[in-house]
Amino acid sequence: MTALDEIKIGGLGSSRKRVEDDRFIRGRGNYTDDITLPGMLHMEILRSPLAHARIKSIDTSKAWQIPGVRLVLTGEMAAQRNLAWMPTLSYDTQAVLATDKVRFQGQEIACVVADDPYIAKDGCEAIDVEYEPLPPIVNPAQALAPDAPLIRDDKEGQTDNVCYQWEVGDKEGTDRAFAQADVVSRLKLHYPRSHPSPIENCGSIANFDPATQKLTVYMTTQAPHIIRAAVALVAELPEHMIRIISPDIGGGFGNKVPVYPGYVCSILCSILLGKPVKWIEDKSGNLISTGFARDMYFDGELALRKDGRILAARFHADTDQGAFFSDAQPSKFKIGLVHSAFACYDIPVGHITARGAYTNKAPGGVAYRCSFRVTEAMYFQERMIAAAAADLGLDPAEFRRVNLVRDEQFPYRTPFGFLTDSGQYHKCLQIGLDAIGYDQFLKDKEDAAKRGRRLGIGISTMTEPLGAGNSREYDILGIKMFDSAELRVHPTGKAILRTGAKTQGQGHETTWAQIVAHELGIPAADVLVEEGDTDTAPFGMGTYASRSTPVAGAAVAMVSRKIRAKARKLAAHLLEVSEEDVEWELGRFYVRSAPNRGVTIQECAMAAYGNMPDGMEPGLENNAYYDPPNLTWPFACYIATVEVDPETGVWDVLRFVAVDDCGVRINPMIVEGQIMGGLTEAYAMSNMQFITFDEEGNCVGSNYMDYLLPTAWETPGFELHEVVTPCPHHPIGAKGVGECAAVGGPAAFVNAVLDALSDTGVRNIDMPLLPDRVWEAINTRADISGAPPVRTD
Amino acid sequence: MYPARFRYEAPRTLDEALDLLATHGDDAKVLAGGQSLVPLLKLRFAAPELLVDINNIPGLGYHREAANGVLEVGALCRHVDLEYSEVLGERRPLMASAAPLIADPIVRNRGTLVGSLCHADPQGDWASVMLALDGEVVAVSATGRRTIPMAEFVTGPFQTALLPDELAVEARVPAPKGTPAGRYLKLERRVGDFATVGVAVALDLDGGTVTRAGIALTGVGGNNLKAVEAERVLAGSTLDTATVREAGRLAAEAARPRTDHRGSAEYKRHVVATFVVRALESAVPVAA
Amino acid sequence: MDKLVDKRRVTVTVNGEERVVEVEPRVLLAHLLRQGLGLTGTHIGCDTTNCGACTVLVDGSPTKSCTMLAVQTDGHEVRTVEGMAQASELHPLQEGFKEEHGLQCGFCTPGMMMSAMALLERNPDPTEEDIRWALSGNLCRCTGYQNIVKAVLWAAKKMQPAVTA
Repeated sequence: MTALDEIKIGGLGSSRKRVEDDRFIRGRGNYTDDITLPGMLHMEILRSPLAHARIKSIDTSKAWQIPGVRLVLTGEMAAQRNLAWMPTLSYDTQAVLATDKVRFQGQEIACVVADDPYIAKDGCEAIDVEYEPLPPIVNPAQALAPDAPLIRDDKEGQTDNVCYQWEVGDKEGTDRAFAQADVVSRLKLHYPRSHPSPIENCGSIANFDPATQKLTVYMTTQAPHIIRAAVALVAELPEHMIRIISPDIGGGFGNKVPVYPGYVCSILCSILLGKPVKWIEDKSGNLISTGFARDMYFDGELALRKDGRILAARFHADTDQGAFFSDAQPSKFKIGLVHSAFACYDIPVGHITARGAYTNKAPGGVAYRCSFRVTEAMYFQERMIAAAAADLGLDPAEFRRVNLVRDEQFPYRTPFGFLTDSGQYHKCLQIGLDAIGYDQFLKDKEDAAKRGRRLGIGISTMTEPLGAGNSREYDILGIKMFDSAELRVHPTGKAILRTGAKTQGQGHETTWAQIVAHELGIPAADVLVEEGDTDTAPFGMGTYASRSTPVAGAAVAMVSRKIRAKARKLAAHLLEVSEEDVEWELGRFYVRSAPNRGVTIQECAMAAYGNMPDGMEPGLENNAYYDPPNLTWPFACYIATVEVDPETGVWDVLRFVAVDDCGVRINPMIVEGQIMGGLTEAYAMSNMQFITFDEEGNCVGSNYMDYLLPTAWETPGFELHEVVTPCPHHPIGAKGVGECAAVGGPAAFVNAVLDALSDTGVRNIDMPLLPDRVWEAINTRADISGAPPVRTD
Repeated sequence: MYPARFRYEAPRTLDEALDLLATHGDDAKVLAGGQSLVPLLKLRFAAPELLVDINNIPGLGYHREAANGVLEVGALCRHVDLEYSEVLGERRPLMASAAPLIADPIVRNRGTLVGSLCHADPQGDWASVMLALDGEVVAVSATGRRTIPMAEFVTGPFQTALLPDELAVEARVPAPKGTPAGRYLKLERRVGDFATVGVAVALDLDGGTVTRAGIALTGVGGNNLKAVEAERVLAGSTLDTATVREAGRLAAEAARPRTDHRGSAEYKRHVVATFVVRALESAVPVAA
Repeated sequence: MDKLVDKRRVTVTVNGEERVVEVEPRVLLAHLLRQGLGLTGTHIGCDTTNCGACTVLVDGSPTKSCTMLAVQTDGHEVRTVEGMAQASELHPLQEGFKEEHGLQCGFCTPGMMMSAMALLERNPDPTEEDIRWALSGNLCRCTGYQNIVKAVLWAAKKMQPAVTA
């Protein structure tokens, strides 16, 4: 007998087809809105039309009279049960239902529970609310002005609209470096507000059973255990009597991590009524009130030497946090990992300051398809790099070559305290340049310019800190950010694996089984993977910020190794040799001195239940909790070529090359799918996605007519390449994937468009680069800053 | 997401429908394709007492060229019928060019041209096409029938000249004179977006000379509007470069765009001029 | 209460089976399918008729079921994703989506396949451009569309009659 073929059994590197597809292609997915419970009622939320207003009165009498309405819940009623406010995942508080005033357009005012959602909506329409408008604050500059109206007058001791302040780095050292610079490059930009907007909206079915006093909540959540802990805290129910079930999720992208008022209302309503209560929001509700992302203002500089070396980097970031600070950030890092900016460049010193401001907008700043706030950091980084190269008159590829961290410098400590452990940045960049045909394109661009055509090329190189994170530094609400896996191998050698992660399309049911196959030689098809039910899954921190493969995936490898260690003892027993004489190859233990004598892993499994050595506990089950020693550092090079129509400002992507290194690829097909999805979001962010507000705080971009997502027609094709640098500390050498593309992609598109405009002297156009903004830049030969305005004349 | 309650009737004959409108027209809305009306119902921006669904009335789904060359488009002719029409052919190039650009492919399966005209969304595309072609709408009621020229049909944003008891049953496009040429250009940020700017150009040519020009604009005024001065400068011309540019300039001047999150007024005027020039240049291929 | 609520009898053939239901005029077709008939494969994604997740075939034509009243299907035929497979044999599109990794979270997939099905009926040999155009009414946030195009091409190839040399 020989070792199994790892690809054949669906181990690492196999592009096995996905297990979850079988139900999705038949329309037999089990999303939250697909679930019906006996006696279930329906809940709709009434939302505020105003951004900032005192509530003078709420009259629900007409709503109560509508046949089929079962309950009308207001903030006052919730307050009687101490549930008008709830703690957020960032140590702030958030209104569940407004009591004193509303603080953003779309904020939850009341909810109606009825026999069906049509009647519940009729009920909402019948509620009369009297508002006294207050002056709204619609950006951080307004919020931080000296006599700005106080938004969080509910918070004791809050005297201004500062949500947090943060600083890292070496100010004096940085100042000295800038004083010695030959050239200082400065860039100010705004990363506009956008929204993760998975197609499926948020929702929950809360079912409090008065007979058993148990609360079961089906919920669109990427982090069921965090939710359970939060619900226990908020609803003051014992944690063991709460069950959160996250069924199939139609996309998360970070939108389905925070605890939303709708969930809490559905729980409270179920407790009050003793019946299951379903709340499914509509797209408008999702866009106007749930975790938005980005909305960060940068003002930064690079200190440069004439020969192109970067001496220092510094920036200040102001973020718009909305009315409540309710992101899930690691508690020590209020502004997430924004200080991972410039991590791929060899820069000796730097300084970052940051401030979060409360505004009259929905709360957020979630990790939308990125590690915590890393999209903002890497966008600013690559835009700053492009600007600096232009200021120095250096080719952007050459500028990067001069400054990228070299292979021999790893492990490399960044000036902001990160330790990047592996990378082949120069190789990655070169593959990208070769694939796009860099030198030839520059020639083509020149030729085209002679005929009045504007071509451009843009590069983006970055590394991203994924897999938060080590317990020394990372926690959310005091809970460390480990993750878990529990593996049970049955007597016939089949297995069931449960983890603390929660897939929303990443294919965990397929990929985790591949890790087990790799470690144990059990064919992946023989391993059933389950996630999302807090009654059965081991405690984990969920799936977001690309942390699953780095943390939960590692736990899967570790638990498999624990199983293998016990199986080795069983093998020795079966083979009647001592453990030291036993060797392992994929799927099989054998006697070192007599390799023909061996036992399969399946035979060991059977023995675990029926032929154990004396003193051994029966069974072949175990679990593992993995505290990652460090973050993982995937990296990438993205290159876009575009043509800009100068008369309309419309730009088309000619080609897009992506070179990604995410370490060992568990399932190449799935990895590529993740990258293409991320690149599409990068394209969307750079080209059309935005949310903006007028002076009254009215939101534009709160429905799919205004919040633009690209279709198959606009979305370009992507050419994918790879570098594989195994992560030195991850059990299978994997890094996170799925987000680098969304993080690094936007700058490639934007740099390309600006390159096509390089003769105009335009240095920056804030995203989205909609046609009119590009045209204005060309026409006025001036930068375009800020989100699209909602002026009418 | 959930419409308010309304009464619903689905008449099976035109007379039945007209009787309903005669009695209830003030509180009623007509449902044809529904791709504009149903979204309004769902958001509760429209809450009519009565919905009159005309989809069961036979014989309204046609589009055909009559013996006199007039194109007749029935009330239930869907956008997709025009997109894949063999009738439009080379005689209605502007319409053939516009049909694929309406909304998205799925909406085109149900939405109707006549319904779009009746909805009178200032960012609707067909109204510009019909204005450029000097089309007209046939309206019937229990008491009579009349033909309303397109230029008089739309009276304001989401307002038409239709009386509450009238039903639009047909849109008509005059027969082309000479060789027809035309193109619709639409600046949309993605498929399914409303036009930031739309330009409809229709020409009748005699040899190389323009005998008639129609130019209408979408998204740059209170309603779709005709660029009359631009039309005049083209009539009798041979589409030489200077005249084409002048037409673009005049059309931009006729536009009354607003500055908003889709762009500045100046930008929109520039796109109008650009699109008029491009439409004229591509509508008639330049001889080598 | 039921006496006050105006319900209509609707006879609609769904996936080949005649169904008779009583439904208020204001109820959307999507809700009839999902709640009334328990066919939850058709999904609801937005409220402005943009996303296409709810796409079904009405008399063979792709239709956004959120933008049609259930009462309008009286006397008509509706086909949903649940009616794609014949007995246990998957439709080539369903196979293609799995073979080419054309789905990730699966939420847009039923609507996407419905539009693709109608495309292949009209155009059995589409180009990539044809496919992207035909699917431009269906939004996807996960895949970036490239594999969806490959999935449809895979299905088109499988559905073509075998060519003999």
